[in-house]
Amino acid sequence: MQAFTVEKGIVAPLDRSNVDTDAIIPKQYLKSVKRTGFGPNAFDDWRYLDPGEPGMDGSKRRPNPDFVLNQAPFDEATILLARKNFGCGSSREHAVWALTDFGFRAVIAPSFADIFFSNSCKNGLLPVVLAEDEVQSLFDQVEANPGAQVEVNLEALTVTAPDATVFRFTLDEDRRHRLLNGLDDIALTLQFAEDIRAYEERQRQERPWMAS
Amino acid sequence: MAGKTLYDKLWEAHVVREEPDGSTLLYIDRHLVHEVTSPQAFEGLRLAGRKPWRGDSVLAVPDHNVPTENRDQGIADPVSRIQVETLEANVTSLGLKFFPMADVRQGIVHVIGPEQGATLPGMTVVCGDSHTSTHGALGALAFGIGTSEVEHVLATQCLWQKKTKAMQVRVEGELRPGVTAKDVVLAIIGRIGTAGGTGYAIEFAGSAIRSLSVEGRMSVCNMSIEAGARAGMVAVDEETIEYVRGKPQAPTGEMFERAAEYWRRLVSDPDAEFDAVVELDAAAIAPQVSWGTSPEMVAPIDGRVPDPAAESDPVRAEGMQRALEYMGLKPNTPMTEIRPDKVFIGSCTNSRIEDLRAAAEVVKGRKKADNITLAMVVPGSGLVKQQAEQEGLDRIFLDAGFEWREPGCSMCLAMNADRLEPGERCASTSNRNFEGRQGQGGRTHLVSPSLAAAAAVAGHFIEPSALKEA
Repeated sequence: MQAFTVEKGIVAPLDRSNVDTDAIIPKQYLKSVKRTGFGPNAFDDWRYLDPGEPGMDGSKRRPNPDFVLNQAPFDEATILLARKNFGCGSSREHAVWALTDFGFRAVIAPSFADIFFSNSCKNGLLPVVLAEDEVQSLFDQVEANPGAQVEVNLEALTVTAPDATVFRFTLDEDRRHRLLNGLDDIALTLQFAEDIRAYEERQRQERPWMAS
Repeated sequence: MAGKTLYDKLWEAHVVREEPDGSTLLYIDRHLVHEVTSPQAFEGLRLAGRKPWRGDSVLAVPDHNVPTENRDQGIADPVSRIQVETLEANVTSLGLKFFPMADVRQGIVHVIGPEQGATLPGMTVVCGDSHTSTHGALGALAFGIGTSEVEHVLATQCLWQKKTKAMQVRVEGELRPGVTAKDVVLAIIGRIGTAGGTGYAIEFAGSAIRSLSVEGRMSVCNMSIEAGARAGMVAVDEETIEYVRGKPQAPTGEMFERAAEYWRRLVSDPDAEFDAVVELDAAAIAPQVSWGTSPEMVAPIDGRVPDPAAESDPVRAEGMQRALEYMGLKPNTPMTEIRPDKVFIGSCTNSRIEDLRAAAEVVKGRKKADNITLAMVVPGSGLVKQQAEQEGLDRIFLDAGFEWREPGCSMCLAMNADRLEPGERCASTSNRNFEGRQGQGGRTHLVSPSLAAAAAVAGHFIEPSALKEA
């Protein structure tokens, strides 16, 4: 996993609540058996005027000029700003892969759906929860000054707004540690292989019907 | 000290290791796998030179991409075909249990798990699919995971989790005739909202929940995620135990009785404390129809499409306005005046035998309305289909002008050929009415199987009891 320490970049404002993972990456792109290449189809239904199918040449499609990610400077954004319950719906990790493949390193919202939050942390995409008024302040500042840079700092657990206001956020220590160091979860867990075997032995004794 | 919730009991029975900060290595008993969210996990395993920790915990099946007709011709879409073939190659090379498309046991992963006894009370069950919460109906801790976690479970049989808060949703009293499990869960989501359960595991309780069949409880738990909760569950009772008895992978004989004794303890203690409690009056729940693009946007069948102008919260009003524009609906339209173009009866929410019986009861002796261009019934599994055919349900649907299809996820998410065209309106027994969910530009109204059937017959939404005599 790519480590996350500090990201300073352009913020793309996506002024919607309940952005679901179907919207982030529509179903037809889930047919891929790869982890990469989803970026051109992130928010496909909102981003293009013509219906998209896997394998289409992106340069021949009709972008929707009203969609934020089609507008400069937001097409260069590395931080996404949205309203509450971001990433709800389907568990598809492809949604996270689409955002990272587009170039996003962090998403700021007042709240996230649980599975999306977890998937994000496993792919070096930092989900940042700020209070509603703080999110509103960022929307206002980005609207007033498109292209203004925001800094997200995982070491310090801070977001620095364009006007230099500092907002604090929290992330549980375990996730923070793994993100800061870009750690491989599975290798870490396998250090506890003996504990897992001991659990299985206990379960075989106590609940023998479970083991098949 | 307060007693324990069902969630406490399921959690505690699966702790492998707990760190001081509460991070817990949780053991996973059953790992369900489908073709969409697993290929990258198997690839990751292979690249790292790892093997599945406990291959016999896996049950794999293709369901999202499979065609629901002309199966003898294989999968026409080459991209879908590769994904299904990739699953088959991955599981066969590792010797994992697998039901291919041609197997009568193939079906939607959340239908076949309980049907096979692969998911049992007291288990932890995961799948790279948010509707894994379905299996909680058996008194299991079941939740959806992402592909990185699929790989992690394959490699270690465990997941790092933090215990969430516990919410009890209590539905007390008697449901009105014609009100189903689907209406109950839609009413719950309408009440607490799509993020109401975020950060919680929900236990559905109360006399109205206990009065539901185990299949009905599955429909309720299935949509926990639509209320934001990763896991939903119902306490074990004798209904649960009788449901499990005799299932192919369930224990047998003395071992079954020993298991059942354990399962009977999988209930919340009377003095258990929940972090949140929500109560609904069963008698006040009417059949529900969704009108918008979020599952919380529901109205009773005798109600009207709401008016954003009457909403005080501006962000909410804007969301409603956007939803109405997408759905092509005007405020204050009576729900019974909404006319679908298509009807879809299926999905992991409502494709079990009882769902098909409920729909068939409404359709029997009647015909599909002329404005309905397609009414399709997609059974949840090959075994459900077989059972329905033995009961003659297929004839009832076919005689009424419905299509009777092969099992799979189908038009719930339109990854196969079954989809809505832009602007088409659908009465659907599925679980999500998001923009584009059933096909780009498609408009979804979530309903129960009996309401979907009634809409197919009348050509507009209507309570089945209000239909003219067959």
